[in-house]
Amino acid sequence: MLFLVASGFLLAPLAPVLHRRWPRRAGWLLSLLPFSLSAWLFLHARHLEEGARRWVYPWIPSLDVALSFRLDGLSFLFSLLIAIVGGFVVLYASGYLEGHEHLGRIYAWLLTFMASMLGLVLADNLIALFVFWELTSLSSYLLIGFYHEREAARAAALQALLVTGLGGLALLAGFVLMGRIGSSFELSALEPQAAALTSHPLYAAVLLLVLAGAFTKSAQFPFHFWLPDAMEAPAPVSAYLHAAAMVKAGVYLVARLTPTLGGTPLFLSLVAGTGALTMILGAWLAYRQAYLKRILAYSTVSALGALMLLLGLGTPAAVKAAIAVFFAHVLYKGALFLAAGNVEHGAGTGELRLLGGLARAMPLTAFAALAAAASMAGLPPSFGFIAKESLLAGALEVPPEAPWAAWIAVAASALLIAVSLLVSWRVFAGEAGKAAAGAHEASPAMLVGPVALGTSGFLLGLSPGLERLLEPAASVVTGAPVPMDLALWHGWNLPLALSGASLAAGLLLYAGRKQALAALGALDWGRFGPAVWYRATLKATLKLADVQTRLLQSGYLRGYLTIVVATVVGLLFFGGLRRAGWQLSAPAEDPGAVETLVVLVVLASVAAAVVSSSRLGAIAALGAAGYGIALIFLLAGAPDLAITQFVVESLVVVLFVFAFYRLPRFARLSSPASRLRDVAFAGAVGVLMSLLTLAAAGSSLHEPISNYFGEWAYLKAHGRNVVNVILVDFRALDTLGEITVIGIAALGVYALLGLRRTGGGA
Amino acid sequence: MRTSIILQTATRFLQPLLLLFSFFLLLVGHNEPGGGFAGGLVAAAALILHALAYGVDSARRTLGVDPRTLIGAGLLVAASSGLGALAAGLPLLTGLWRGGLGTPLLFDAGVYLVVIGGTLLMVFSLMEE
Repeated sequence: MLFLVASGFLLAPLAPVLHRRWPRRAGWLLSLLPFSLSAWLFLHARHLEEGARRWVYPWIPSLDVALSFRLDGLSFLFSLLIAIVGGFVVLYASGYLEGHEHLGRIYAWLLTFMASMLGLVLADNLIALFVFWELTSLSSYLLIGFYHEREAARAAALQALLVTGLGGLALLAGFVLMGRIGSSFELSALEPQAAALTSHPLYAAVLLLVLAGAFTKSAQFPFHFWLPDAMEAPAPVSAYLHAAAMVKAGVYLVARLTPTLGGTPLFLSLVAGTGALTMILGAWLAYRQAYLKRILAYSTVSALGALMLLLGLGTPAAVKAAIAVFFAHVLYKGALFLAAGNVEHGAGTGELRLLGGLARAMPLTAFAALAAAASMAGLPPSFGFIAKESLLAGALEVPPEAPWAAWIAVAASALLIAVSLLVSWRVFAGEAGKAAAGAHEASPAMLVGPVALGTSGFLLGLSPGLERLLEPAASVVTGAPVPMDLALWHGWNLPLALSGASLAAGLLLYAGRKQALAALGALDWGRFGPAVWYRATLKATLKLADVQTRLLQSGYLRGYLTIVVATVVGLLFFGGLRRAGWQLSAPAEDPGAVETLVVLVVLASVAAAVVSSSRLGAIAALGAAGYGIALIFLLAGAPDLAITQFVVESLVVVLFVFAFYRLPRFARLSSPASRLRDVAFAGAVGVLMSLLTLAAAGSSLHEPISNYFGEWAYLKAHGRNVVNVILVDFRALDTLGEITVIGIAALGVYALLGLRRTGGGA
Repeated sequence: MRTSIILQTATRFLQPLLLLFSFFLLLVGHNEPGGGFAGGLVAAAALILHALAYGVDSARRTLGVDPRTLIGAGLLVAASSGLGALAAGLPLLTGLWRGGLGTPLLFDAGVYLVVIGGTLLMVFSLMEE
């Protein structure tokens, strides 16, 4: 199981290498991994009836964080689709981006993304789930911003990252609360505690935080705006992120947590309400778009809203419908996104106005798109028909709190039927558009995916036995076995009538689109929409950063020193005073004659440095003071410290000499007032440090750790030099951090000086 | 920069001694005063002395490798010295000993290299300004 999740991460770094080695065959080779993963999953399908299987790999046992995975009906269905669509997408990318210099890179990111998604849907530990959740955000950032030389792509990638990232933080907070309440991070351990969780005083907070994560990821209102903007990504990425994977993560999370957090009025109103609003809003926005991919993006938003609505309603009928709609949507939307990619690739544009009659030039793409659109519109015998019937049935069988669900479902269905005609009939049939002239069919690699997904979505309505795939998933969500009856013909009933009515309304909407848009076009709500809030917030954040940078990072060394010193003095003085009061105690023993002499030398050197009228003199005096301090270390029995101090002082003097070599002649430039201020600051530090030393000498809250180190240094770490043993053994991780800092600081100095030399930068 | 024959002659004697001393500090560090930090600083001081006497180019040639490489190599050595413990099922960076030799010495060698590399990178860049 660990291999199933990790294999994508392991293969990802090799993908660019493979691509360089066999540029033409790498896509086919790499798609073998997702396909073989789905085959492995398929072989495990027969275990599903025996219940969930768990795999646990210890990770951070002390924090109850484990890499635990659970394969049950729900995670099986999701991971199977993630792997299959992933395989088609990798293959498709090899054709879509053929010859692109960074094709190898997108393979790597797609595989990383796939592995993260698999981890997400298989994880049984909340923290592990969160880690995979964030990994999907990160890899989708890279994928959306693939055309990084385009500003719009960069902005869209950042927007997706910020929106889903903020949601992710909320999710983490929610998970931590859940873990504290249930005293476990294991989902399978939290599920039996559902009653305790939903009646806990913090339940509302938990639910809101978790849903904030799910809603941002699944582009629910008011966070829906990032998804259409993310269409800046190449077509395979859009197909993968927005049909099968990324945006379904929020839906998956809500489904997964329904047994744990669901079933309350708050859950119902939040999830179903947001879902219904998103469903109708997305359908309407899709209807009015002018670009193929944006139409698909908004219709995805609508479908995600439908899924949330159904999961929020939470009745067995609604849950069954959610699983069916999810399954149908992955197939038809994946096919449509890939077909849209073929259109952009073959006809050179995705603008609806220019497209039409492409079926002649692109017969196979047209076939795939029409089959998928039939499923989207819910025409028999496609699987989409079954999904829509169950959607309507689910929306009809509602709790009394949500009588509006059925109306919204019918209205959104009608709009989506018009939309499905827009993306298929309008593009491939009818009169040839301007772009049809030079259009050409796509390459085989780009046809396998759309044709396979489109036809399977169309034909699976006829296939028996799908219940065995979908039923276990629905049962996991409801917590009890739910029999599913996925037949095309259920007799004359209300859902069928509504389906027919929505079909008629959809045809009307399609025919009258021009008039409808003209009539309602004046209503441009985009100006008040959340995308505007996002931009305003982003701008305000940058402005704040700008102001505080100007304030704190003045560019004057003296300014920095002032801020650092004032902060330290202020915090320590008042903090220390408030906490403990200053309990000063005199040192235990009087200093000897040698110590006194050294201290006097240090004092004299410092005084000389302050009053010196030559720069070299000041430096030398400072060096003498440093040596004096080193002598004190030596006298106090710390030879290591003394050696280091001696060498550092010598080097500092050398550095000073070199820096000062270039400076203008030594002169007093500062005014008496500013010198007085400097004296005050310097004096404050001195007084504070003296007070601290005297206070520290008197207070011993704990037994000093030096005793422990002294006792064990030789026995455990085979070293008699305690200082060194601490550095290289007891606290080796700290030292590793410190030498990393040394390296980075040195590189920073190097880079800054290099910047000056080339004249770049500020 | 003007060169001084006294400094150059002194450097010829001092540099090997300082380098030897730095190596000594590194090796005895676990039991006597010294260690990677102090040793690395002394070695860096030896090369800075060389740079003062003969110029930075000559010092770079004597060093033979780019200071940046030393930083990277040092970090790699220090970090990987802890991996053995991981393989043995112990927490990262736990010292492993066989006879008088142990992985902490390897770790200290990493510190030594990073300190030399970091110091020289800064000083050489400043001197070349």
